[in-house]
Amino acid sequence: MTEDKRIKEYVNVTVKFKKDGSMIPVSIEWENGKVYTVDRILDVRNAASLKAGGCGMRYLCKIMGTQTYIFFEEDKWFVERKAQCVEDF
Amino acid sequence: MESIILHADLNSFYASVECLYNPAIRNLPVAVCGSVENRHGIVLAKNQPAKMVGIKTGEAIWQAKLKAANLLVVPPHYDRYLRFGNLARKIYGTYSQRVEPFGMDEAWIDISFPGRSISDGYEIANQIRERIKFELGITVSIGVSFNKIFAKLGSDMKKPDAVTVISRENYKEKVWPLDVGELLYVGRATKRKLRNWNINTIGDLAQADALFIRNKLGKCGTILKDYALGNDYSQVENTEHETIIKSIGNSTTPPKDLCSLEDIRITSFVLSESVARRLREHGLKGKTVQIYMRDCDLEGFERQGQLKDYTNISTEIAHKAISLVEANWFFNKPIRSFGVRVSDLTSSKGPIQISIFKEENKRFKVMDLEYSIDTIRKRYGPYAIQRAALMQTRQFGDLSDNTEALMREVSFNTGEAR
Repeated sequence: MTEDKRIKEYVNVTVKFKKDGSMIPVSIEWENGKVYTVDRILDVRNAASLKAGGCGMRYLCKIMGTQTYIFFEEDKWFVERKAQCVEDF
Repeated sequence: MESIILHADLNSFYASVECLYNPAIRNLPVAVCGSVENRHGIVLAKNQPAKMVGIKTGEAIWQAKLKAANLLVVPPHYDRYLRFGNLARKIYGTYSQRVEPFGMDEAWIDISFPGRSISDGYEIANQIRERIKFELGITVSIGVSFNKIFAKLGSDMKKPDAVTVISRENYKEKVWPLDVGELLYVGRATKRKLRNWNINTIGDLAQADALFIRNKLGKCGTILKDYALGNDYSQVENTEHETIIKSIGNSTTPPKDLCSLEDIRITSFVLSESVARRLREHGLKGKTVQIYMRDCDLEGFERQGQLKDYTNISTEIAHKAISLVEANWFFNKPIRSFGVRVSDLTSSKGPIQISIFKEENKRFKVMDLEYSIDTIRKRYGPYAIQRAALMQTRQFGDLSDNTEALMREVSFNTGEAR
C-alpha cells in the first residue's frame, strides 16, 4: 500500500494541437526545471485517477522508457507523482 | 415494443466525489456537511463507512459525531458535483437521446429499441456502470425495468455499484414486498393514511380495491395504484437539451429560525427580489406563486396561489407569498427554511391585456423601476440599493448568484429551473 501512494501534481506541459482539435503532449516540465520529452503516446481515453484523485482525459505516455499516465482535467495537466519523492527534495 | 428504462443513481454522490479527490480519507467515515456558522451544519451526504455506523443524511453534525468519533467532516464543492453530474449525463447520452435528469445525481435513460430485450438492457446497464467507475472514479447503481417507477425502485435495491433488473416476470417478488413508502410520490402523509387502512407494502396497494383507493385518495390514489401494478406509461422526457424553464425559485435556510410574520416578511422580500430579477433576466413572467416552508423538525409543506396578472415585479410576488403564509402557517413551530417560487411562466415580451379598472400605468412604472434597480445593482453591487425593510437584515443571507444558492434552488425545483 505505502509504496504505491501517489500525489496529484500539476505540471507544465508543452502541447501540440492537431488540425482536428485533438491535443498531444510533447514534453513535461518537472518542478526542478528538468524537461522530459514524451517519446510515444500509447493510449488516450477518459479515465479517473483513483491514486491521485481526479478525472479527465488520460494519456498513457512513454517517457524515457517507462510508461506514465498524464491527465488533462478540465484545463490543467497533472501527473500521479510517487509519494516518497517528497522526502527527496 | 416493450420499453426498457434505466434509472441510474450515483452512489452517495457528494461523498464519493470528495473521496475521489482525497484518497487518504477513502476508508474513513466521511460526511459532507454545510457550514456550521451559517447554520447549514447538517450531513448532506456520507460515504459507505459512515453509512455502516448509521449516520443519516439530514442529521446535525454533532449527532453524527456521536455515532462515529473519527468522522471526517468535509465542506461541499458544488462546482465539482456539477461537473461530475454533467460528465455522467454525457456518458448516459452515448446510449440514448432520451435522458431525463432527476436532480444532479439521478437520471432515467430510455434505451428501448425494436428487438431489444430486458436482458440486453441488463448488459447495457452493466456497461454504463463499468464506464462510470472507470472514467469518473465513482460508482453508480442502476435499475432496469419496463417503466420509470420500477426502474427507480430497482436502483435503490442493490447499492453501491450494482444493477438490478425488475422485469414483468419478477416484479411481484421484488417490488411487492417493499414498504409502500418506497414508492415514488408516497410521502409521509400518504403513507400514514395507507397504514391506517392496513396497506403496508406496495403489493397491498396493488391489490387494494380500486374504488376504495379512489374514494379515499382521489385521482392521485388511482395513479399510485397503477404505479404499484407497473402500469406507468410516462415517457422519459428529454429535458437535457431543451432547457424550457418551468419555474424559478429561491429558498434559504437563514442563520436564525423564522418565528414571526415580520421575519417571514423580510425573508419573502429577499427571496422575491432574487426570483423577480431572475425572471427578468430570462425574459419571463409568471402567474402562480408557490411557497415552501420547513419547520425546525424538518417537516415541510408547499402551498400555491394565483396572481391576477403575469408578473415579474418583486413586490407583487412577495405580497402573494406573505398572504399564502398568513393563510397556511399557524406559528406553531419556528420555520427552518423558506422558499418562494414562481411558475406558470410566459414570455415578458408578448402583448398583454390591460384592464380599464386598474391603474396599469402604475404597474408599468414599478416594472421600469425594477429594471433600473437591476442596472444599478449590476453596476455598483448588490447592496448599492435596497429596500428599507432589509437594511438591518444581512443575516438572512446573501442570495446573490453564488453556486450554493444556485444548488439549493435546483434541488428545490427538482432541476426544473436552469
